[in-house]
Amino acid sequence: MSAAIGLVFFIGAISLCVIGIAGIVLSRHLFRMVLALAIAEAGANLLLVLSGYRWDAVAPIVTGSLSGQAMVDPVPQAMVLTAIVIGVGVQALALSLVIRIRQRYGTLDMQEARQRMQDELDNDAGVTPPRSQERPAGERPIPAPAAVIDAGGRHD
Amino acid sequence: MRDLATLLFLGGLIFLLAAITGSLPFGHPPMLVGQAIQQVAAPEVGATNFVTAVVLGYRGLDTLGELSILFAAATAGGLVLGGVKSRGRAKAAPAAGFILRAGADVLFPLLLIAGLYVVIHGHLTPGGGFQGGVILAAAFFLPLLARPHESLSHTWLSVIEGLAGAAFIALGLVAMFDGAAFLTPLFDKGVLGELVSSGSLPLLYLAVGLKVGAELASLLMRLAQDDGAAS
Repeated sequence: MSAAIGLVFFIGAISLCVIGIAGIVLSRHLFRMVLALAIAEAGANLLLVLSGYRWDAVAPIVTGSLSGQAMVDPVPQAMVLTAIVIGVGVQALALSLVIRIRQRYGTLDMQEARQRMQDELDNDAGVTPPRSQERPAGERPIPAPAAVIDAGGRHD
Repeated sequence: MRDLATLLFLGGLIFLLAAITGSLPFGHPPMLVGQAIQQVAAPEVGATNFVTAVVLGYRGLDTLGELSILFAAATAGGLVLGGVKSRGRAKAAPAAGFILRAGADVLFPLLLIAGLYVVIHGHLTPGGGFQGGVILAAAFFLPLLARPHESLSHTWLSVIEGLAGAAFIALGLVAMFDGAAFLTPLFDKGVLGELVSSGSLPLLYLAVGLKVGAELASLLMRLAQDDGAAS
């Protein structure tokens, strides 16, 4: 019975972690990536708290008199308290970056934003973008053979 | 290709976590630190909430590091969103409806009291500076939702935040002047379970609460102003 309950808790925590990381890697939408980060954090926090769990124990707070009642481990709980607060800070920072990207490039899709960022950089630097299948570079479709240019240069 | 690599990585992650947790006896934690802290925390620190005893008493330096990470995140958020304020003012969101305005007026004092209660009783009951600070930030953010045209002063929030952080470090330095380690709890332990007890822990948690509240309020305010500018 107790092993089954522990198994359910651990499977839940591990799958939260894995779902979050899969969301971060596979998603192309920036806001969904932030949400996936929050889910992964929740899974990690749950794992930490579970590692300090103890059967037939109360919360680590003395009520009334000091008794021999068993308590759960307070150290992982303090660590999770730290992790939650830092997680909020990280999420706020990530959201502010997302807002800035949305204002500048008008999209939340990661690949589109990257494409527009690259175009803008190329524009500012005065560099022609690298040759691609969709947009062939240069005016002439076929470059002249090297031998002809060499010969013309010598005669002049 | 990328999806395949991701699936392989996630499979490996599941295997790793399952192997670690499988070797962990559930319900019988092997860590001895927690058990030792449970026996000595009440006489040594004087707090009935052992999580507070760990956060401020035994690991006070880590809490200072955590506060500085939060400070860095808030500063970076302000830096990223800083230049938008002038544009955000021009087309701020329209005023909220009656229900939100009345609700904000009713909830503001209640949230203030609840936040201060949670902060001050951090060494006795579940709660503390971080949790109470978030409630305080919510109390100051709610009127902002109801009336988007008014806003709190960023200068005052920065002043509160800086003073609270300086007070936290000063309490740690005073302990060093007594010859103890940095952030050792000061003053008398008092009677276990009373409001004024466990030395300087309530003062430390008050500083943490004010700092977290001011930081979160300014972050939320910047996000809200920017949201008004973007849409």
